[in-house]
Parts: sequence; C-alpha cells; structure tokens
Amino acid sequence: MTTRLDTSFAALSDPTRRGVLEQLGRADASITDLAEKFHMTLTGMKKHVGVLEQAGLVTTKKVGRVRTCRLGPRRLEEETAWLERYRQRWDERFDELDKVVEELTRKEKSDERKNRK
Amino acid sequence: MNARIESKPGPVKNRTTVERKSDREVVVTRTINGPARIVFEAFTKAELLKRWWVPKSMGMTLLSCEVDARVGGKYRLVFDHSPEPAAFFGTYVEVKPYSRLAWTNDEGGEGGPVTTVTFEEKGGKTLVVLQESYPSKEALDAAGTGAAEAMVETFDQLDELLVALGESSGQ
Repeated sequence: MTTRLDTSFAALSDPTRRGVLEQLGRADASITDLAEKFHMTLTGMKKHVGVLEQAGLVTTKKVGRVRTCRLGPRRLEEETAWLERYRQRWDERFDELDKVVEELTRKEKSDERKNRK
Repeated sequence: MNARIESKPGPVKNRTTVERKSDREVVVTRTINGPARIVFEAFTKAELLKRWWVPKSMGMTLLSCEVDARVGGKYRLVFDHSPEPAAFFGTYVEVKPYSRLAWTNDEGGEGGPVTTVTFEEKGGKTLVVLQESYPSKEALDAAGTGAAEAMVETFDQLDELLVALGESSGQ
C-alpha cells in the first residue's frame, strides 16, 4: 500500500503530469493531443503518461494508430484523503497547542503587569 | 510535489497546511498565536507537551510523557492502547532554543523518520514548520507496515471522510 502510494506521489510530483491529469479530468485525449497541448515531443509525453499509467492514475487504449488516455480507476481522492487525514491530525494538535500557548502568553503578560505595580 | 491541502482560515484559527514534498518527506506548517519562546517551551516541556500532543479527537489517552529535550536526550510517550499500551520514543538530535528541534522516531525500529521542527517568530506569532523525513524511500517502504495499516483504514473511511469534507466545505 505504501509502495503504491509512493508511486502515486512520484507520479504527481511533476507539474506536467498534474496538468495532464487536470486535462484528462475535462476530456479524454490522445497522446498526440497532450503532446501538442504541453508543447512536448511525443516521446516525452509517452514517458509522462507511462508514469501516470503505472500509478493507476491514467489508463490508455489503442484504437488503430491512436492511443487515447483517460483518467484511471484510481483517483486523486485517495491521495487527497490521505493528506487531508494527516492534515486534520496536525490541525487538531496545533489547535490545542494554540490554546496552551495563548494561555501562557496571557499569563506572562499579566504577571509582567503585576510586577510593574 | 505540490499535492497541497489547506484548511479554511477562521477568525482566530490559523491555517494548517500539509505538503508531501517528496516520496520520503512530508511538511506541515502552522502559525501559532504566541512568541517562539513559549511555543518552543510547549514542545519541550513534558507538562506542556502532554496538554496538546494528544487531542481528544484522537481517541487515545496519554498514560505517561517523559521529555529530556537536550541533544542526546530521550523522550517517551506511552498511550493507552489495546491489548497493551503503545510507546512512542526517540532521541533529540538537535535542540536550538526557540528556533529548531529535531528528534528521531525509534518505536518502529531502524529507518524511522526524523522529525525536524523550526520556529520562526514574526510580530508576536510563530510560524511552525514540521518536517518528517525518512532516510530513504526504501526506509519509508520498510517502515510502512504500520502506516500501511493506517492507510487501509484511511481508504475504508474514504467515503465517510469525503462526505464530511463535502459538508464542511458546503457551510
């Protein structure tokens, strides 16, 4: 599971690949279309699509001479959910930290005032 | 790596962001309403740390919390866990008062992540940047058993979570 997630994160680390996913979220496209859109060579785009395909984020199908790409069975939600859960955990922790720090800061300020009197 | 999620800013509450920086690093940032000195204390004094490290929503109770925040000093947190208590422990590798802290996470054996926290004060508030780094991608994979279980659980709860997210963003 970790390895699979790793593959996804690696796949998502590249801005072109994220762009391709966004593009495919709107409509299926051939590798030639994508290469044109992202101003890349066919070979370069094939490599990116290969990485996305390996991560399960994209599937491709060859019809005649055209290879069409579409979003894969695995969606970004899984990664997003994982990160969101991680974020929530820290968010809750930091909310508590905020309370502790605000209380200590207030206490310190009122102590200073008392000392000045 | 730009898979980044941010929480909505509230009137007082600051945003927590999480970013998966690479296949072996995750970075969490948050601004805390107080000076770096006090935030640093809250990280390094056991009696303060135990007040916030385990929020109620985690559903875990802290049985004990020992912290010796000096380079080479140890920490040990023990949680109430069935069938037996679970301990999290490690060693402080960097302790720079009010600006930087780093500790190892050794409960999973070798190849655990190193947690590095920096504290940057600006206008009476402190930006906390916390990074969890595994020594290598392989170490992350190897250490992943527990994490993998947690992720299975995460995927099981995916629907529930997405519903919750949908509700909160719809407000």
